[in-house]
Amino acid sequence: MITIIDYKAGNILSIRNMLKKLGVASEIAETQKQLGAAKKLILPGVGHFDHGMKHLRDAGMVDVIRDKVIEEKIPILGICLGAQLLGKGSEEGIEPGLSLVDMDVVKFDTNKLDQHLKIPHMGWSNLTIKKVENPLFIDSQAEPRFYFVHSYHFKMNKKEDVLSTSYHGYFFTSAFHKDNIYGVQFHPEKSHKYGMKLLENFAKLN
Amino acid sequence: MRRIRVIPILLLSNGGLVKTARFKKPNYIGDPINAVRIFNDKEVDELALLDIEASGLGKEPNFEKIKNVVSEAFMPMAYGGGIKTLDHIKSIFRVGIEKVVINTMAGRDPGLLERGAAIYGSQSIAVSMDVKKDFLGKYRVYLNKGKEKVRLSPVEYAKRAESFGAGEIIITSIDREGTYLGYDLDLVNQVSAAIQIPLVVNGGARNINDFLIAAQAGASATAAGSLFVYSSDEKGVMINYPKQHELTDHLYSKLN
Repeated sequence: MITIIDYKAGNILSIRNMLKKLGVASEIAETQKQLGAAKKLILPGVGHFDHGMKHLRDAGMVDVIRDKVIEEKIPILGICLGAQLLGKGSEEGIEPGLSLVDMDVVKFDTNKLDQHLKIPHMGWSNLTIKKVENPLFIDSQAEPRFYFVHSYHFKMNKKEDVLSTSYHGYFFTSAFHKDNIYGVQFHPEKSHKYGMKLLENFAKLN
Repeated sequence: MRRIRVIPILLLSNGGLVKTARFKKPNYIGDPINAVRIFNDKEVDELALLDIEASGLGKEPNFEKIKNVVSEAFMPMAYGGGIKTLDHIKSIFRVGIEKVVINTMAGRDPGLLERGAAIYGSQSIAVSMDVKKDFLGKYRVYLNKGKEKVRLSPVEYAKRAESFGAGEIIITSIDREGTYLGYDLDLVNQVSAAIQIPLVVNGGARNINDFLIAAQAGASATAAGSLFVYSSDEKGVMINYPKQHELTDHLYSKLN
């Protein structure tokens, strides 16, 4: 059973649709209480960093998520904004993040982009996987590609946490992994069989 | 390797899929659920579903229909047609769409873009603008399926949409739509140079080479309708999409 956190900042249904296709059971948690029994979490999300953190806090979920991840060590997968929230904070706002990973979130450096490259980075990109044996990417398709929509990207303070990089004018971290914590900037739920494999791998984690 | 998005645009009318030429003569193509399923199997980059009936008749979007269409679509989906209020936008996102396409209301009430972007972020709000040349050869923007002329030029209109929070502009040449005459590259050039956000170009695509030329003219993504729903020769209905290696060889590898 995967518990998807619904904090009014994103497209829950597409993730559920893909998990359903995979035959993986999922449930939605909108309150602190509903998170209590969770064994595996997905934190989705799109939109503004502060908006997302504020909604998580208003639902009283910040401490519960931290406890579940740090104390109980249950696996968590952050997707897009949901992954950015796992870090310390973002240039997009002033709210502190969940601080589960040693990561900052920064805006794309437009000085490094050619003029034909626009922000948001919107579209499909390949991944350079840094840890091939990682459970999230095990048995993945040749040349996996994923759908991205973002103006900010991860900036890992520890190189060993980088799981993959992607290119948009320059290489940025597109997935990270530390212990039971995973984050991806792209949208697996919108990335055909490539995303389906990734979610299947996450579902199989102990 | 830089990839640009190649997007089939599907037109809905009375619940069925149709294809128009220069915004006229809707030709029935088939059932949208089936078409979306085929495009999903072909692993398309993204799909745009535009209800050309909803806006004109003052109807609401058909949320139940949209929900059914997207339930097994494992790719990004955009929806446009009949979106008039923030509640409509909310309902669209709730049924599993990640991008709304606003056309007529972007002209009548650009504040709607701002209100939508404040909640869902700019990347979720696309503005579609339809452009036609007038008898002097000047580009004019039209709302409401090409029926209502706008005072602003395409460049001014696109910039205004951007300033109100649109995260993407989809520009359709009414003169080229459904004609296989190639994209209007002057239009792409002008508008792309004026905005910071991605520009999706639509109307007139014949082949992959047109995608390449449009990208070189400044498009961030290319869209087509007829090309992806008709067979190349006879105009019979045939849902199709280039294979990855075709896109790689003829498009991506030629982009810098």
